[in-house]
Amino acid sequence: MLISNLEILPNSRIVRHIGLVQGSSVRSKHVGRDIMASFKNIFGGELQGYTELLHESREEATERLIEQAKSVGANAVINVRYSTSSIAAGAAEIFVYGTAVELEPA
Amino acid sequence: MIELGFFVVFLACGFIFGQRAEKRHFKSIVKRESQSLSLPVVASKYPPDDQPYKQILVSGNVVVASDYFKSFTAGLINIFGGRVTPFESLLDRGRREAILRMKSAAQSHDASYVFNVKLETSRIVTGRAGAIEVLAYGTALVSTEPLTSNRTISSSATSPSAT
Repeated sequence: MLISNLEILPNSRIVRHIGLVQGSSVRSKHVGRDIMASFKNIFGGELQGYTELLHESREEATERLIEQAKSVGANAVINVRYSTSSIAAGAAEIFVYGTAVELEPA
Repeated sequence: MIELGFFVVFLACGFIFGQRAEKRHFKSIVKRESQSLSLPVVASKYPPDDQPYKQILVSGNVVVASDYFKSFTAGLINIFGGRVTPFESLLDRGRREAILRMKSAAQSHDASYVFNVKLETSRIVTGRAGAIEVLAYGTALVSTEPLTSNRTISSSATSPSAT
């Protein structure tokens, strides 16, 4: 499955546009992590727990996007965009969307 | 009185550790940036068609927290208005770090370019204080006709035949 945020694939031809596919994931950390984070807020620096959380969350959302693209018979998703929004304290929604297309078999 | 004591301690901690962490972070950013100069990061949507490339989506993200001193001075500046320099440097750190992580992800695929780079910033709410998340993503173009990576192999392959 080709995932790209470009719209142009120089060496392959798009046979069919299928439409928008998406994947999302809402996650939060347990309270212990939040307490650790508030300590970090005094000293500053990277919050590694949150970096990992959001990274995993993004991977899951992409996984769901791929699943959906497969289910509609696509073999590539182009023009992929990510978007993040914080839903509540300590929880964030990761949303990923793109255009599912069918490429000519190479 | 106790509260004031806590406040002064937090402020001092934030100032000392925060400044030190920021200095160290900038030092490492500058070092890694000069090491990864060979990989061009482009905001263009149109990939080159001089040779076939495989496209892979790569990303890098980082969550950086503000320290107590930064938050406090930002609050003070907020009263009078103007440039909130403590947060400017925080965002700069976040962005450059995210781009560097995206680049190292692209380098692990032996990419020759990263195209259509997008940067996204969002505020992470953790209790009452602030942290920001920066995401950098783009499409890594990996040459399927190995030119640069094969050059070393071919030169080593030709050298024994030359001798």
